[in-house]
Amino acid sequence: MFKNPRIALLFIIVITLVALYVDLPKIKIAHINLSHPKINTNFIKRDLEPKLGLDLAGGAQLTMSADMTGIEANDQESAIESAKNVIENRINSLGVAEPVIQTAKAQDQYRLIIELPGITDVDTAVSTVKKTAHLEFKVLKNDAPPEATIAANADYFVATGLTGKDLKRAQAQPGQSTGTRQAPGYVVNLQFNSDGAKKLEEISTKNLQKPMAMFLDNEPISWPPPIIQSIIADGNAQITGNFTASQAKELAIQLNAGALPVPLKIESQTRIGPTIGQESISKSIVATIIGIASVAIFMIAYYRLLGLFAVAALVIYTLIVFLIFKLIPVTLTLAGIAGFILSIGMAVDANILIFERIKEELRWGKPKLESFFSGFERAWSSIRDSNVSSLITTAILFNFGTGPIRGFALTLAIGILVSMFSAITVTRTFLRIFWIRNV
Amino acid sequence: MNLIKYKNWFFALSLLVIIPGIFALFVWGLKLGIDFSGGTLWEVRFDEAKNVNPQSFKIFLDEKGAQVSSTAATSDSSILIRMRASDENKISELKKGIGEKYGQTKDLRLETVGPLISKELTQKAILAVSLAIVAIVLYVSWSFRKVPRPASPLAFGVCTIFALIHDVIVVIGIFAILGHFADIEVDSLFITAVLTVIGFSVHDTIVVFDRIRENLTKHTSMDFDGVINNSLLETMARSLNTSLTAVFVLVALLLFGGASIKTFILALLIGIISGTYSSIFNAAPLLIVWQNLFPRKKS
Repeated sequence: MFKNPRIALLFIIVITLVALYVDLPKIKIAHINLSHPKINTNFIKRDLEPKLGLDLAGGAQLTMSADMTGIEANDQESAIESAKNVIENRINSLGVAEPVIQTAKAQDQYRLIIELPGITDVDTAVSTVKKTAHLEFKVLKNDAPPEATIAANADYFVATGLTGKDLKRAQAQPGQSTGTRQAPGYVVNLQFNSDGAKKLEEISTKNLQKPMAMFLDNEPISWPPPIIQSIIADGNAQITGNFTASQAKELAIQLNAGALPVPLKIESQTRIGPTIGQESISKSIVATIIGIASVAIFMIAYYRLLGLFAVAALVIYTLIVFLIFKLIPVTLTLAGIAGFILSIGMAVDANILIFERIKEELRWGKPKLESFFSGFERAWSSIRDSNVSSLITTAILFNFGTGPIRGFALTLAIGILVSMFSAITVTRTFLRIFWIRNV
Repeated sequence: MNLIKYKNWFFALSLLVIIPGIFALFVWGLKLGIDFSGGTLWEVRFDEAKNVNPQSFKIFLDEKGAQVSSTAATSDSSILIRMRASDENKISELKKGIGEKYGQTKDLRLETVGPLISKELTQKAILAVSLAIVAIVLYVSWSFRKVPRPASPLAFGVCTIFALIHDVIVVIGIFAILGHFADIEVDSLFITAVLTVIGFSVHDTIVVFDRIRENLTKHTSMDFDGVINNSLLETMARSLNTSLTAVFVLVALLLFGGASIKTFILALLIGIISGTYSSIFNAAPLLIVWQNLFPRKKS
């Protein structure tokens, strides 16, 4: 990679220092507090705190299947999006830090996968999540003061009997001129069923030029409420509010949550108590330290000076791997840590291959410098082929696996890739500068 | 030292492990965890009650209408329950019942896998293992396509599969035995372990084969058996040392790591030891067997 070993050494030192700076929790050097830097650019925004998975942080994971009976095939996509949106809002109101909510489709079945790290009261969370959304259309009470529309006060509104059940679907669209009026920006079109159309006609007749508010799970959406402009007889209403595309889409999603309610069933769940997570963290740290230490002792005992260089490369390797974990960021789980520790074993393998080769070449009577170069050169095809076969497995694991399996595959793959750099470039530079010199 | 002379003994030693394993696999099968069979795994810690008898606790739960398959104490104040997949209504009902008799409890963990998810996972696991085997065999055959006569690239590919299947059967067989006698279950992480073992097994075999390839070009006057024997002896230190470092870290994980990945680590450990053995004592000697069955002249 580098012609001049000194430049390579400089490069290695710089990378090591950067990795150290990012990896260490908090260091104090003469009144200056160095802590995790935050990356904030247009491309990536990262808070470089380590991310812990459920099995380490404690928390819950729920896999829920959506019951789509009674929802037309082309509405199912928006129904699941709406369900996800509603659940997101509810979970945020529970105050869970960094919930992850994903939709997935497996064999024509829609699913929601919800991860709630650090949550303790899972029962409440589950019942909150399982509630189907309730959408209501409300109008002003007769005795409401005039400022009611400006203050988001639900008390001034009264139910009309028109609910999400009457709504067929809501859809965001660019505004078009309808008759005499020109709707600017984006609009949301509402399509009611025949029951809803009847109710809406009655409500719009009675409340012409008055606000009509929409409440999802008793929370007002699209505030201030739109004003009924005309009597709506055909069940097709339009909310115009000079929305941007994303505002209109957001509103349509919220309305659809009421229009297309999907009952959710828990297919599988995992709850990990915080005590188990804490125990696992301390156990993993001990295991990692003992793992690295035993490899280091073995390498130095068996390969002496060469082993010492390999161990130095291993330390740099560990720092770089953690740097990458934080940059991606990789969520650490028990299986992920196992993948990383396993990759330590593989990282020294490349060094063992090279050292054995160098020793062999020396035994055949070749001079030190020549043995050094052919050691690296000859060992390369073995290192390449064996690492490629391991990378093939990790790729398959990553594609087929879920949760912990993916974590394991990802950390192992990162480990293998970094080991190619550390075991080859780093060790090679060390040997060239410190080992060949004192021939 | 002539290792090749003893090749039948090496094969016999492999069979000594494999045959009981296959027997266990067919007679008892693997003990499937809830990932594959579906079910609920629930670890409860009692705030006050100490040393609750798991057996009487199981009877108590069954009376409450839970379908418990087993209970086991995990400490003097906690019990692990395995039962049919139960929804959260059932769980909270049971929790109430437990509270009345044993006092306050905390859920250390609660995992439920429904039949839908477990079926899907099983299919995925089978697909992943098959795909990995095919992809690796293709890669090895491609990587060794220029191997000099009298060896054939196909022999290298096929012998790699033999070593790989050997390791997979050793791991699965030992787990079938452990499942029967020690109640050790296999979960989705076990599949991960098997796939990793596949990767490692090939990793080891490739290093040995790589040396054979090199020596075939270098020592053209030597006979095939001699070349293989030399290559084995030359790579022996590396194979054992690499295996040792991996064994070190895995033993550290097994002794000090988290409880929920113990089975996973054990599977990796068995697989890596088997992988080292098979790459030295099975894969390379098998090349000779292949050579004797389908002789190919030197070019």
